[in-house]
Amino acid sequence: MTEKTALRHRLAERGVDRQLLLLLPALLAVLILFVYPFAYGMGLSFQPDEGGVLGAYKNFFEDAYQRDTIWTTLQLALPAAFLNVAASVPIAYRMRGRFRGKRLLTTVLVVPITLGTVLTAEGLLNFLGPTGWFNRALLNAGLVDAPLRLTNNYWGVFLSLVITGFPFAFLLILSYLSGIDPTLERAAATLGAGWWPRFHRITLPLLAPGLATTFCLTFVLAFSVFPSAILVGDPAGSTRVISIAAYHAAYEAYDYSLASAIAVVMGVVELAVVAAVLGVRSLFYTGSTGGKG
Amino acid sequence: MRRRLVASPGAWVVWGAVTFFFVMLAGVIFSVLVSSFGRRWFDTWLPESWTGQWYGQAWREFTLPAVLVVTIEVSMLVVLISVLVGVPASYVLARKKFPGRRLLYLLFLLPILMPPITYGIPLATVLYKYGFAGNMSGVVLANLVPSIPFVILTMTPFIEQVDPAIERAARMCGARTWQVFARILAPLLVPGILAASILVLVRTVGMFELTFLTAGPDSQTLVVALYYTMSAAGIRAQQSVDAMAVIYTSMMLVLLVVALRFVNPTQLVARVKEDVD
Amino acid sequence: MTWLRIKSVTRRFGGKEALSGLTLDIEQGEFIALLGPSGCGKSTALNCLAGLLPLSEGSIWQDDQRLDTLPPERRGFGMVFQSYALFPHLSVRRNIAFGLQMRRLPRAEVRRRTDEAIKLVRLEEHATKLPGQLSGGQQQRVAIARAVVLEPSLVLMDEPLSNLDAKLRLEMRTEIRRLHQSLGLTTVYVTHDQEEALSMADRLVVLRDGRVQQIGTPEELHTRPANRHVADFMGYRNLLPMKVTAVTPAVVTVEGAGLALQGTAVGTLAAGDEVVAAVRPEDLQVGEGGVPVTVEVVEYQGRELAVEARTSQGTMLHLRAAERPAPGDRISVVADPARVLVFPA
Repeated sequence: MTEKTALRHRLAERGVDRQLLLLLPALLAVLILFVYPFAYGMGLSFQPDEGGVLGAYKNFFEDAYQRDTIWTTLQLALPAAFLNVAASVPIAYRMRGRFRGKRLLTTVLVVPITLGTVLTAEGLLNFLGPTGWFNRALLNAGLVDAPLRLTNNYWGVFLSLVITGFPFAFLLILSYLSGIDPTLERAAATLGAGWWPRFHRITLPLLAPGLATTFCLTFVLAFSVFPSAILVGDPAGSTRVISIAAYHAAYEAYDYSLASAIAVVMGVVELAVVAAVLGVRSLFYTGSTGGKG
Repeated sequence: MRRRLVASPGAWVVWGAVTFFFVMLAGVIFSVLVSSFGRRWFDTWLPESWTGQWYGQAWREFTLPAVLVVTIEVSMLVVLISVLVGVPASYVLARKKFPGRRLLYLLFLLPILMPPITYGIPLATVLYKYGFAGNMSGVVLANLVPSIPFVILTMTPFIEQVDPAIERAARMCGARTWQVFARILAPLLVPGILAASILVLVRTVGMFELTFLTAGPDSQTLVVALYYTMSAAGIRAQQSVDAMAVIYTSMMLVLLVVALRFVNPTQLVARVKEDVD
Repeated sequence: MTWLRIKSVTRRFGGKEALSGLTLDIEQGEFIALLGPSGCGKSTALNCLAGLLPLSEGSIWQDDQRLDTLPPERRGFGMVFQSYALFPHLSVRRNIAFGLQMRRLPRAEVRRRTDEAIKLVRLEEHATKLPGQLSGGQQQRVAIARAVVLEPSLVLMDEPLSNLDAKLRLEMRTEIRRLHQSLGLTTVYVTHDQEEALSMADRLVVLRDGRVQQIGTPEELHTRPANRHVADFMGYRNLLPMKVTAVTPAVVTVEGAGLALQGTAVGTLAAGDEVVAAVRPEDLQVGEGGVPVTVEVVEYQGRELAVEARTSQGTMLHLRAAERPAPGDRISVVADPARVLVFPA
């Protein structure tokens, strides 16, 4: 009896007590709905109908049509994420103070996020299509001789990634920026630093970890591009991204082993990029930035 | 720091970029809106004549009422379950230090970080195996995967900023655990729970991949139905697709307006807690 | 010799004047304290001086050069912030070197002067640490070193001690004064603590509601406050609303609230005027033939006892006593007329 109590005390000392039971439902949900299917998929990927344990992976990597989807996806996702972050920094920096209409501006910026990819795709087809308003305006202004081809190719998908991804990156960076104590820049000013040294020696290093995080999240968003790659892209060619390959394998070829293998490859590639960015991030100062954030 | 009325070149570039973005955005939205009301629209600035017939068609032919009901049911269920499951977990994560806490946090972070397709395909396979897919339970279960972690990641920082001394004070006043929860914590957490619910609602209504992979013909949400009509273009007039897209957009906008009464725009995007320990 | 001239500087926030018409001449090497309760405009004044806030009206001149049109980085002042505002991602050494690097000084000189400054504030062992790893007092010293390493023509300090505990505050007070004397830096120091201001400054500027109440040396302010607000701020805890009964060249006699006192008039007064009589607790003594009062609360304060007592009409008096009276005791209180100041109400 006494030993039992003692054990309970020792566990409680380390933070293990009955309150931890509150975690159980969430833990079970994630285990059953995420970890188990993932493990199951991974198991499937190693049990192809033919070709041995690694047959499905071999199939994927030996077939250029399949293998190149990795490169196609990265070619879309990396520049899009990079552009979204790079464009957000100067804009957010300029808008970090209070000004009239800021709330309205940020509200309007949320709209494309809620539109979702499907509506954005439809709108891009209408707006940027050969007879859409955009090309019409360019033609009337005499800037181009023939309509620009901006849909059903790489640029259509890229633009849809920018439209949904830019507000996302901007709002995140804005919140990171407002988490940096503004008196730090004032202090730098009293020490004789002009606006450029203030930005690149004080604000930018403090913002860098936030930039890395934002880049990761924006990249994840762009990397999982699926419906817009089909709708505004060229799903059989230049925008055949890896999620399309996975979907085709599962629901058109009914090769679940290959589909699972592609899903695993997709996850690995994405996590590799994220890990690389976070690795770079760990080189920066990542402590408090003095602000309210 | 110093406000000048005459903007510098840098400011012009910045405002130029923002304006360009908004012009594109407005173009995207309005071209869909105009098209949905147009009778015939080919090589001109505006359609030849206007009509509301596409909305009627969308309503009748795409069984829109049924789709809307499914959408609302699915999202409400997802919100309810993920809050019930997620809030207690975030309470423990916010208040207690225990072995494996960081690992657990990482586990909850993963479903948000992974592309939905990567776990969606095996999840759909598993759900089919146990007979959940192709109906509403499958759609709800699949949508819980990112929603529960999302509630946890939103609520944990929120609970952390509630002073634990308040709970201790309540205990010293003689409140039992459930009384502390019901009388002290619950009222304090209402704003956070409300915010989390709305965020989950917006994300579930907009979630394409997971619903697409697990839904059957009777359990499509609006966004998936929209995708099907769009990819089956040629069968339908494009305008009726546009009409449906407008209906979807207005639904999202209503949600957005409601959401922004409770949360600030940045929260709609993400609320990732930086350091764990 | 006047070196920095502040001419009727005014700053408005949305139509409300936070600082109205501050005029002040500062001499080289002077230590000026801006003193006042929160919201009195003292931080506004400091930020205007630093260039962090634009002026609504007025001008600032250094010798013959107009300063108020220059951005903060071109004024050549140093500033210590209330929150210290240390750059969290830079080590102590690099925080201190920052301003020198901004001035594009040769590397060897940056190194030498940074070393000197680190030594000056006695942080040699902590030079490579990040600010987050330092205690409050150490962070404070880094902030001071960062400001003074530039040998600025003027150092601005915005309540630099308010985030420290009482003991450290006393130590840092001496430290700042020592640095001021050894480096001969002209300093403008903002505080709401009158004791701090009196002990450190050569001259004090008392502000209230954005307006200057009085400018003077610590002695002047301590013994001759210009009005009842300054008196209140300078520790005259007994502020008694009364009425003048008689005026002679030497003393005024005032009555009211159940007691009669003799005091010194500040400004011209006539019999029948409504006035406020101001007395410090230490200038009220227990003695024969004074005002009869009943002791209510006695606090031990080391060398003396702080006593709160009430007159028969219910007016509360604060005084000091050498021997411990018991609550409920009836005692008699006297005051030196020279130490009782009578202000127009």
